[in-house]
Amino acid sequence: MKRHGYDGVVLTAPVSVPYVRYSNETAHWWIARALREMLAQADIAPRELDGFSVSSFSLFPDTPVGLTQHLGLCPRWLDTVPTGGASGVIALRRAARAVQSGDVDVVACVAGDANRIDSFRTLLSGFSRFSMDATFPYGFGGPNASFALLMDAYIAEYGATREDFGKIAVAQRANALRYPAALMKTPLTLAQYLDARMIADPIALFDCVMPCAGSEGFLVMREDEAQQRGLPFARVSGTIERHNAFADDPIQLRGGWVMDIDELYGMAGHGPEAIDLLQTYDDYPVISMMQFEDLGFCAKGDGAAFVRDHNLTITGDFPHNTSGGQLSVGQAGAAGGYLGLVEAIRQVTGQAGGTQVADARRAMVSGFGMINYDRGVCSAAAIIEGLGA
Amino acid sequence: MTKPLPLPAKKDPQKRATMPTLPPTKRSRAALGLGIAAARGQFALQHCADCGAVQYPPRDACCKCLSVTLDWRATDPAARVMAQTTIRVSPDPYFRERLPWRMGSVQLAAGPVVVCHLHGEVARGDAVRMAMKLDRAGQGVMVALPLKGSEITQDDPMLRSMSCDPKHRRVLITDARSPLTRPLAEALLRAGATTVFLGEPESWRRWEDRAALAAMENVVLMQLDVTDTASVALLAAEIGGKVDILINTAQFIRPGGVLGGDTVFARDGLETNVLGLMRLAQRFGPAMCARTADGINAAVAWVNVLSVQALAPDTGYGGFAATQAAARSISQTIRGEFSTSGLRVMNVYTGPVDDDWHQPLPPPKVSPSALARAVIQGLVNGLEEVACGDIAVDALDRWQSNPALWERETRGGQS
Repeated sequence: MKRHGYDGVVLTAPVSVPYVRYSNETAHWWIARALREMLAQADIAPRELDGFSVSSFSLFPDTPVGLTQHLGLCPRWLDTVPTGGASGVIALRRAARAVQSGDVDVVACVAGDANRIDSFRTLLSGFSRFSMDATFPYGFGGPNASFALLMDAYIAEYGATREDFGKIAVAQRANALRYPAALMKTPLTLAQYLDARMIADPIALFDCVMPCAGSEGFLVMREDEAQQRGLPFARVSGTIERHNAFADDPIQLRGGWVMDIDELYGMAGHGPEAIDLLQTYDDYPVISMMQFEDLGFCAKGDGAAFVRDHNLTITGDFPHNTSGGQLSVGQAGAAGGYLGLVEAIRQVTGQAGGTQVADARRAMVSGFGMINYDRGVCSAAAIIEGLGA
Repeated sequence: MTKPLPLPAKKDPQKRATMPTLPPTKRSRAALGLGIAAARGQFALQHCADCGAVQYPPRDACCKCLSVTLDWRATDPAARVMAQTTIRVSPDPYFRERLPWRMGSVQLAAGPVVVCHLHGEVARGDAVRMAMKLDRAGQGVMVALPLKGSEITQDDPMLRSMSCDPKHRRVLITDARSPLTRPLAEALLRAGATTVFLGEPESWRRWEDRAALAAMENVVLMQLDVTDTASVALLAAEIGGKVDILINTAQFIRPGGVLGGDTVFARDGLETNVLGLMRLAQRFGPAMCARTADGINAAVAWVNVLSVQALAPDTGYGGFAATQAAARSISQTIRGEFSTSGLRVMNVYTGPVDDDWHQPLPPPKVSPSALARAVIQGLVNGLEEVACGDIAVDALDRWQSNPALWERETRGGQS
């Protein structure tokens, strides 16, 4: 069956609450801050909000159910999206269909997480059953070690070099210097990237994101509602989602996007050449490189050559992770799965400020989530457009 | 690639001993199956009873056909390393003390992908032999080993941390008079033990092997009577801080069932075989538990030599069998009590030993030197459960697969 488009549904009120490396505040606190700002932009009182979608790792013992009472909300539609780095796009998909079908008028999609001292270790310890049983007892390297294995295999298979991965990280740092909320505020040179100490070979310091606290969010509503409220908005031209793709691949050299990317471009009615900027899920540069391939910007194995041939900064020919990505802004738990999407909404609605890409009309956002055992399980992507597209 | 393990320097008492820490301990119920296999030195994975798919990580339902009947079966340990890393940063206290730490991703010939510890002599692309080992948390883990290792394969720090290898370690054998002791002491020294202490009960009584044992290099006879609390305490005060492996060979054995048995013998048996073990555990256990992270010659293992009658009695040895069942129960308790320190409890189950007290029984019997080999092999492989001799191997097997059936078989009555 042919998929319906997302006609009449828009994304608006993008909000990023500036991240903090360590904070004693809870996920409830961070989510409340993002929500308050989103609702203020749209002039909606908390009790009037009728749809709420939440992604967080650190709400325990609460769920979004507890949040409704905690925050005084009375929604008629409630969702929780546990897909980590893919949660932004997946929350968008769910909310857009609910709005489109009339089950709900406005959905506030929010992701936020706390980061107390030592809470990252605690989060890892209980992350998933397979990681508890079958990865963490093996050196407890966390995601660094898991991605080190993928990067090691990727380099062995396709011959990418550390310089290639470094170019991604360095470009993102250049972008982040124009994004005031980024945790990383000093320039990064390729030499510094290459000289950095090894964390889990071949992953070195600047391949890693910094866990932190923060929140991100946006509203999903009908286009007429956004116009009435005078909100700049982005339309959704296509989305995809996939879980546990290519389970028989012995090691992850491709993600689930490969299964669905043709459908995404088919829905959008164009190919990768029409994309003005790309926000990949960048918990490590190797995953961004993999997305360049799997999202159709170059052939499998050509990711390194693609990076060499393009300028990935805001003013370059292939603007990528324009706010600096998680590598330079920080990884606020599940909010890491929203960072690129929220920035993309700002970009195509002309609200990106210092990171604004000139003539940014159409953005692709890609999500990648949850190293359940030996690989990322969830993949998702969306193409969104501003009015200029 | 493996560096030879240096002989540890004499301990500086001014310096703090490293506090014992454990690698991650929590596991799902299904994953505990790895430990069952590792404790016995087997390599087993879940196989789907309906479609045959081999599963890893351990599951509750088949990832190919959703069957919930998954049986642990012996599995081909052949694998190939697909990716490798060296972890240099970890938030986990146990691994932080042991960095850098190599791990990798291998694909088993049987299908599944396994994230595992990598031996120093293997690298990406290599064909390897997988093994299940108990880590210091006592949990079953997977290690990738070279197909044909160097002569010092066992010195690899990762493998050393999983094993209870006697090399460079000091061992206490609790009963010098046991017929098992001499071959055991010789085997330990051959395996690289630096000192073997032998506990000598009733030293005023003359005994045949004494002079020969006393003349052995690196063997030290010390007074020890496990039925005497003061004697155990005295020896523990003297050498408790330098016993890395304790092997309890003290055993009181007399034939006789319950009806024809003598309760005085039974009481003597309990005194030595059960309460003796308790006394040793109370006095030596805490000292050993405090030293499980103490460098190359850290305390690693507590070995109980038990008759396989601990699992089901031979009616000809009813009183003795009861002491063995009780001793096994004590061993399980101390295994729990020692677990927070990582000190391993290894039970070696033996069939009838070829000694005076088993004279009326027909062969096969276990020779003391075969038992010594089993103990050394069990320590090197880091096992918890070892069967020695055909009778014990058979008994443990049958007990594991169906204890109720085995009890009926040992009672007689089948055709």
